[in-house]
Amino acid sequence: MSERADLLLAIADDELVLGWRNSEWTGIAPFLEEDVAFSSIAQNEIGHARALYELVAEELGTTADELAFDRKPEEYRCSPLVELRRLEWARTIARHWLYETADEMRLAALKASDDPEVAGVAAKMDREEAYHRMHAEMWVDRLLSSDEGRARLSEAIDELWPYALGVLDEELRPELRQRAEERLGRKLPEVEPVPRGVHEAELAELWEEMTMVRRSAPAGTQW
Amino acid sequence: MVTVDDVWAALAEIPDPEIPVISLVDLGVIKDVEIEDGKVRIEFTPTFMGCPALEPMQRAMEAKVDELGATAEVRVVLDDSWSTDSITPEGREKLRLAGFAPPTPRPVGKLDLVQVQRATFRCPYCGSTDTKLENLFGPTPCRSIRYCDACRQPFEQFKTL
Repeated sequence: MSERADLLLAIADDELVLGWRNSEWTGIAPFLEEDVAFSSIAQNEIGHARALYELVAEELGTTADELAFDRKPEEYRCSPLVELRRLEWARTIARHWLYETADEMRLAALKASDDPEVAGVAAKMDREEAYHRMHAEMWVDRLLSSDEGRARLSEAIDELWPYALGVLDEELRPELRQRAEERLGRKLPEVEPVPRGVHEAELAELWEEMTMVRRSAPAGTQW
Repeated sequence: MVTVDDVWAALAEIPDPEIPVISLVDLGVIKDVEIEDGKVRIEFTPTFMGCPALEPMQRAMEAKVDELGATAEVRVVLDDSWSTDSITPEGREKLRLAGFAPPTPRPVGKLDLVQVQRATFRCPYCGSTDTKLENLFGPTPCRSIRYCDACRQPFEQFKTL
């Protein structure tokens, strides 16, 4: 697989799996406006995954659906941060902010790519991601505005910090640390990143659910 | 012989599947129409990438061209060329009449939360500008929810993209 396909596949897998995780809030978020917000964010992320899978599929002579659903869980390239199932609000917001911040940095690099297809898709994605970032920032502000919120967010960020570092390549990690420390107004621990390729048990569970329909009615079946 | 103008006129009759008052041409999502050897080539970009209506829209365009007695080849282009600034003045007016506040022009720099919260939006029902952002997200990816303090009515606003 080319370096390009490898990179795009990793990002596509991040967006697909995070899209699924975000969609798990549909109907059970703390209030209705957040049901709407997380559902909409999930739809965007899965749309981004589709566009990236299509670029990879063209190169590999396959289809976006086959890439998204016909691989084994261990073949996915997503970062463990997006695999975690966090049905607790402060952790959800912590992951949301950490992921969107890392994603902004990664997209900035892709937008500058000399491959016009990659740069074009990244720029279009970034227009939508701007709203995800605004939403994440709004929630961080809200949590930081009370003692309880600050304590919960702080604990969640510390727990997820090694995972957040694992989203990015080594050269981008110092910038993520700088941005996170500035935003939270404190130092973050020196830790070993949780790298891509190591999967959380939660991914296998998600995979079972995500691919169930396709496995029960394989491609080519008439619906 | 089908002309480029015939094709544009036919495409202008295709409603957006989620906001049917506005056509694909009003939305500015048809980027180019070319005719070569009797084949109509259409370049099209979705407003949002997670648009669930991508295939129905492609089929609708093919059907319209088919009615003109030609064959269409619709290519989906994903790049940075479309923004809400591409919505035509007629399209903006149609949105307003249907109860959607049209998007504000895209700022030169980065779009941020403060700008989105402070932007002046006129309530499409009573015309007051005493409105506030209720939710960045709405029933479809392209919309946000605002609330009018004057007539106490929530309304939908097209996101600036």
